Amino acid sequence: MTDIPLGASGRMKRRDLVKALLADRGKLLAIGGLGAPAWDITAAGDVPENMPLWGGMGGAAMMGLGLALAQPDRPVAVITGDGEMLMGIGSLATIGVKQPRNLAIIVLDNEHYGETGMQETATRHGVDLATMAKGAGIADTRLVTQPEEVAALRAAIHAGAGPLFAQVKIDESSEPLVLPPREASILQARMREAILGKAAHLQ
Amino acid sequence: MPDAATDAARDWPDQIYALLKEHDIRQVALVPDAGHSRLIKRCLADNDMKVATLTTEEEGIAMLFGAWLGGEKGVLLMQSSGVGNCINMLSVPISHRTPCPMIVTMRGDYGEFNPFQVPMGNATQTVLEAMGTLVKRADAPEDVAPTVNATLRLAFNTYRPTATLIGQRVIGAKTFGK
Ligand SMILES: Cc1ncc(C[n+]2csc(CCOP(=O)(O)OP(=O)(O)O)c2C)c(N)n1
Repeated sequence: MTDIPLGASGRMKRRDLVKALLADRGKLLAIGGLGAPAWDITAAGDVPENMPLWGGMGGAAMMGLGLALAQPDRPVAVITGDGEMLMGIGSLATIGVKQPRNLAIIVLDNEHYGETGMQETATRHGVDLATMAKGAGIADTRLVTQPEEVAALRAAIHAGAGPLFAQVKIDESSEPLVLPPREASILQARMREAILGKAAHLQ
Repeated sequence: MPDAATDAARDWPDQIYALLKEHDIRQVALVPDAGHSRLIKRCLADNDMKVATLTTEEEGIAMLFGAWLGGEKGVLLMQSSGVGNCINMLSVPISHRTPCPMIVTMRGDYGEFNPFQVPMGNATQTVLEAMGTLVKRADAPEDVAPTVNATLRLAFNTYRPTATLIGQRVIGAKTFGK
């Protein structure tokens, strides 16, 4: 997993990073935050266990909390952008209080609002999300900058010893769009069926 | 002799709690409101309910969506000012067609004392309806339980955001001693 290529900035390329995190994913459920992270999890495989978001900016982490509490035996990874996380930053406190063991929040920090034209986010100016997460009571908080650290992060997502928060510094170059279905009722129904079986549709 | 109306005047929070149990609600997301304090206490005392005190109400819309993905039913408790914090996040249950029941205690309604509660209180129903939410009001204690029951049924049977607004006539207006 140390073969994650670096971009011009010397930081990891997002697509390869997300592919590595979702490799051999087992029972892992993944929520992809609005913007490029939704396309990243889709590029890794457009599977029912993925919930790529077309909206609800600021809500990804809390969706992860609701899902993690409902499915305590499955690992849940929220993979989202620094802009999306900043909009819902208070949810770190909510999650810190609930301490869901099976929830991991992975912020792909390109220090920009990529989807809207690469405007700078607060992390560009030194705002430290990992420290904010630590302050919210999330004990396993990591700042990840090197490909060598990714295998351990992937293992921790599956370990169920969370909650876990990782701020991963990534290269700011954007990647080609890989779009999931846009009809969101399909996205929820396919994920619910993957988790709950056909009974999901009769709940 | 106590009649149904006087029982309801005293017990409507307990009646809501009983409905949450009947509907197998497992996740309760809330920002506290005085009008919900008795219901919140009952939920916190219930080991089968996961109660999350939010930093802002829109977190609850997102949390209920996640809960439904995992097969659990949830409800959001808040006061009317909190509805204003939820507007854009309501696009999530609308677009995904997922249940999102809300139980809202009204401020800025009958007998309000605080000017800051009036703009959002006055707009609560309009704003929710503008965002595709089915809204029912309960303005008498004996209407609270049937209205909340309808709100839960409409949400979970027809997959959409729904809300009960509990009027300030039921809760009593906060007068800050004036
Ligand atoms: C409430 C709301 N505000 C603004 C937007 C516009 N918007 C869409 S994606 C996005 C940026 C996301 O940035 P980030 O989370 O850092 O992800 P990136 O694309 O950079 O990976 C913004 C601002 C929106 N969709 N919703």
